[in-house]
Amino acid sequence: MSLRQPMVEVRGARKSFGAVEVLKGIDLSVERGQIVAIIGPSGSGKSTLLRSINHLENLNGGEVWLDGLQVNQPLRGQAFERHINKVRQQMGMVFQHFNLFPHLTVIQNITMGPVILRGMAKAEARGLARGLLSKVGLADKIDTYPSRLSGGQKQRVAIARALAMQPKVMLFDEATSALDPERVDEVNAVMKQLAAEHMTMLIVTHEMRFAGEVADRVLFMDGGVVVEEGPPGDMFRAPQKERTRSFLKKYLSA
Amino acid sequence: MQRVFPFFVEAALVTIEITMLALILGLVVAALAAAAKMSKSAILQAIGTLYVSLFRGTPCLIQLFVLYFGGPQVGINLDPFAAGVIGLGLNIGAYMAESIRGALIAVDRGQTEAARTIGFSRFQTLRKVVMPQAARLMIRPLGVNTIALLKGSALVSTISVVELTYTAQRFIGSTYKPFEIFGVAALLYMIIVYAIASAVDFLDKRFAIV
Repeated sequence: MSLRQPMVEVRGARKSFGAVEVLKGIDLSVERGQIVAIIGPSGSGKSTLLRSINHLENLNGGEVWLDGLQVNQPLRGQAFERHINKVRQQMGMVFQHFNLFPHLTVIQNITMGPVILRGMAKAEARGLARGLLSKVGLADKIDTYPSRLSGGQKQRVAIARALAMQPKVMLFDEATSALDPERVDEVNAVMKQLAAEHMTMLIVTHEMRFAGEVADRVLFMDGGVVVEEGPPGDMFRAPQKERTRSFLKKYLSA
Repeated sequence: MQRVFPFFVEAALVTIEITMLALILGLVVAALAAAAKMSKSAILQAIGTLYVSLFRGTPCLIQLFVLYFGGPQVGINLDPFAAGVIGLGLNIGAYMAESIRGALIAVDRGQTEAARTIGFSRFQTLRKVVMPQAARLMIRPLGVNTIALLKGSALVSTISVVELTYTAQRFIGSTYKPFEIFGVAALLYMIIVYAIASAVDFLDKRFAIV
């Protein structure tokens, strides 16, 4: 495994829903430890791109690679099922609506993956979960059910749940869009901490300020294509394309 | 009335027995039918859909008649009790299949997505994430089905199963007091319905997601 090899690579990704083409040939390469923010208006295809990296969306064309392994391999039936289950264990995904398992306590939400999929001993998994909960600042919520948590707390548990599988990359799909403004920072803080630890991350977001602070590179998508990409400083200060300018103007002036 | 009451209690027990057996059969058939309807196979889907529409689209009384009176013509000889259990079970199974399917569908898609992104297989996701949540959502609709089953069990009196309704009819001839006789039968049905409803309430509270 060479260090040059990108952690995530997308080549010519195409995806249509019915007659609507939402991804029109996307190329993307994310290096190990790199943080890429994907921005763009609603319907630009940014969430679909992120979801197709995890194969929640099955591309109509193109390839997705994770650390030298093709995610959307042309396998069929059970063979593909086995393959994708293995691949997904190496990717953490965080959703806009948290999707915690409401019938399980916080710690059960976190230990479930390692125990069932990795065969980790329960005690060891609990230790791991405790560590992750302290990291996200929720050590006191171990035996709480998700319904008793605020949105920000839920999302931090969801991040801990994803981290418990020790993923190679974390995918954030508008992780703070459903939160009260006061709750956004506590989730962003956790993501910044991950950034400091050199976790490879792809972040779909509407928050330009946060993207500017945390991302190494920003991708602006519109109409199913990458309009422009570059370091956040350049992109936000001097966008090259008119479409990027008009989009950013709305957000950065707000 | 005091003289006939012990017969009513015994008959009520038969009603409970036939209801419980039909409930067990119905749940098994319903689980299979729901699984068939939700499977990827077009053939299984068609079988599930055919079963549900056949048994929900025709009167339960006709189903019992076909099974009990029509059965011997095609070599199925059942005694009244067995025919009653099978007929009621197959009938309620069609309704319960929809209750089960509805509960499974009602579990948020995000739950499945979250489980799959962790790396759980389809089956693990169903067993560990979707089913535990769907089971809670099923309690009330299946309770409603069970109450309908109990009341519907009166129909097996027509194929001479000696249960509550049959017993009531039998005593009309000797007492000439249909108001009291059927009133007592109705009261006994109500008591059983109340018991089922209480059990459903209990289960619903017990397994509520806090």
